[in-house]
Amino acid sequence: MREIVVLSGKGGTGKTSLTAAFAHLASPVLICDLDVDAPDLHLILHPEQTQTHEFMGGHTAVIDSDTCTACGLCGQMCRFDAIECVDGRYRVNSLRCEGCSVCVHFCPEGAIAFPEKQSGHWFSSWTRFGPMMHAQLFASEENSGKLVALLRSRAKEKATEIGMELILSDGPPGIGCPVISSLSGVSYAILVTEPTPSGRHDLERVVSLCGHFGVPAGVIVNKSDLNPKECAGIERYCKDHHLDLIGKLPFDPVITHAMVEAKAVTEFESSGFTNRIRSLWDRICELAIQNKN
Amino acid sequence: MKIAIASGKGGTGKTMVCASLVHVWPRAVAAVDLDVEEPNLHLFLRPHIDGIEEVGMDVPIVDESKCTYCRKCAEICRFKAISVLGSVVLTYPEMCHGCGGCMAICPEKAITSGKRPLGEILWGKAGDSPFWMGRLRVGEAMSPPLMRMVKKRVAQTLAQESPNVRAVDVLIDAPPGVSCPAMNAVMDTDIIVLVTEPTPFGLYDLKLAYQAFGQLNVPMGVVINRSNIGNSDTVSFCREVGLEIWAEIPFERMIAEAYASGKIIAETVPAYVGLFRSLAETLRNVDERLKESQKEVSHA
Repeated sequence: MREIVVLSGKGGTGKTSLTAAFAHLASPVLICDLDVDAPDLHLILHPEQTQTHEFMGGHTAVIDSDTCTACGLCGQMCRFDAIECVDGRYRVNSLRCEGCSVCVHFCPEGAIAFPEKQSGHWFSSWTRFGPMMHAQLFASEENSGKLVALLRSRAKEKATEIGMELILSDGPPGIGCPVISSLSGVSYAILVTEPTPSGRHDLERVVSLCGHFGVPAGVIVNKSDLNPKECAGIERYCKDHHLDLIGKLPFDPVITHAMVEAKAVTEFESSGFTNRIRSLWDRICELAIQNKN
Repeated sequence: MKIAIASGKGGTGKTMVCASLVHVWPRAVAAVDLDVEEPNLHLFLRPHIDGIEEVGMDVPIVDESKCTYCRKCAEICRFKAISVLGSVVLTYPEMCHGCGGCMAICPEKAITSGKRPLGEILWGKAGDSPFWMGRLRVGEAMSPPLMRMVKKRVAQTLAQESPNVRAVDVLIDAPPGVSCPAMNAVMDTDIIVLVTEPTPFGLYDLKLAYQAFGQLNVPMGVVINRSNIGNSDTVSFCREVGLEIWAEIPFERMIAEAYASGKIIAETVPAYVGLFRSLAETLRNVDERLKESQKEVSHA
């Protein structure tokens, strides 16, 4: 079984639109949306027959104000500034609480409870391109990495169960916790960038991250005609760093039209643009197989 | 006043808006890049960097000559960062959240604090504006601890340099998303600017941001970037929930190309100087209104 993940470093380079198109071209395929914080792939794929599961992400401290003697020890020990004192009464700011239990443990009155909390949902669904695993972390929650890891393991189980050879995942932006969780141990990473200083800068950081985890990676330069000079720079960078240059895509408003109509761009009548996406996908399949061998 | 430029969806134009606001800001202003995973503000403001400091987080170092293998450290750790197997103590510094529980609980005082490198804090000047940014080490999973350190550094420095901190405004470029890193960036600010684009992805993520940051009870408003693409659902949503639209920036290839060559829109495209000046003015008025209402509350 192969897992291919689409990443970018910088947000808004076109990860989700391209993932939707690749899912269409690869269908039937098992699709995963690993951007559990701000997931968008479902807006194109319209998942159905959804089974919903709770995601328990951790614990949070809660002070019982009747038992609390306002000694303030919890506040002194909390490294996350999560203990607030208003009018002499102590309480936990749940937005800052890291769930470490230090205050729970050291409270001399045993006044702090530590209930488990639900941090989101994860879903197992079907789409017109194949089964889909996706999730939604509750607003402002942590532990997105843990939810990503859970989705990936459920996706692998599902793929084994129904005999699917490929898992195609839409990844989150950045290089932190959820990205690391999306990347470790995958067969191939597709890095979507754009020819802007931010696109280039963020690409370089996500390339280092792929190197760090030993994941082979290839680059797609989206909106390549916005700055031909920067685009040429990215091509040179790929060559110098032995990265596959999967290909380039010019800026085309058809991407936005497809999004508004909730379609993968390749579901539109074929055009020069959609043919380019088809050849990108063919190239990815070749590269992912080469890298496997 | 402290203003966070945030978004939900990535790539909507946070950095472009933040850099332009810094450029036209009518008063003393500091620029802070808290998108520590992928900081980009410096690519546009091109600050002169005066200093770089590597920073780290407290992680446990166990002195086994003092350890009695009582397991108390392993029991208090919620993050599986320390374990005791028979008479061996293993630490996994990359799992550690730096809560200090193991150090506090060890009855033998056998655990001291080492450092796991988180990344760097850089500071300098962008024109007349003080500038700070955090840059996460590649391979480091946790961005909030570094963000907290940058925020502390900014607050300390501004407090030292001017006794009246509010004399210097602060503009913060936040990371995308609505989970803990984004929340850490917008927390403790006076105003949140949500930059979005009027597409289904932009709207979905705007709704998430509205819901997440709404918990903070801080005034929020929207900047609609590429306002002439997509559809009108974003404007309808803003009206429905009472989110003010503070600026609309149409999509023009000229803007996209200026951005692509690392230029500040408010500097290079004269037609947009006025747009960002009036956005700065709007933010000022929001802050004034806020101060008035706080006065009323304290008098009541």
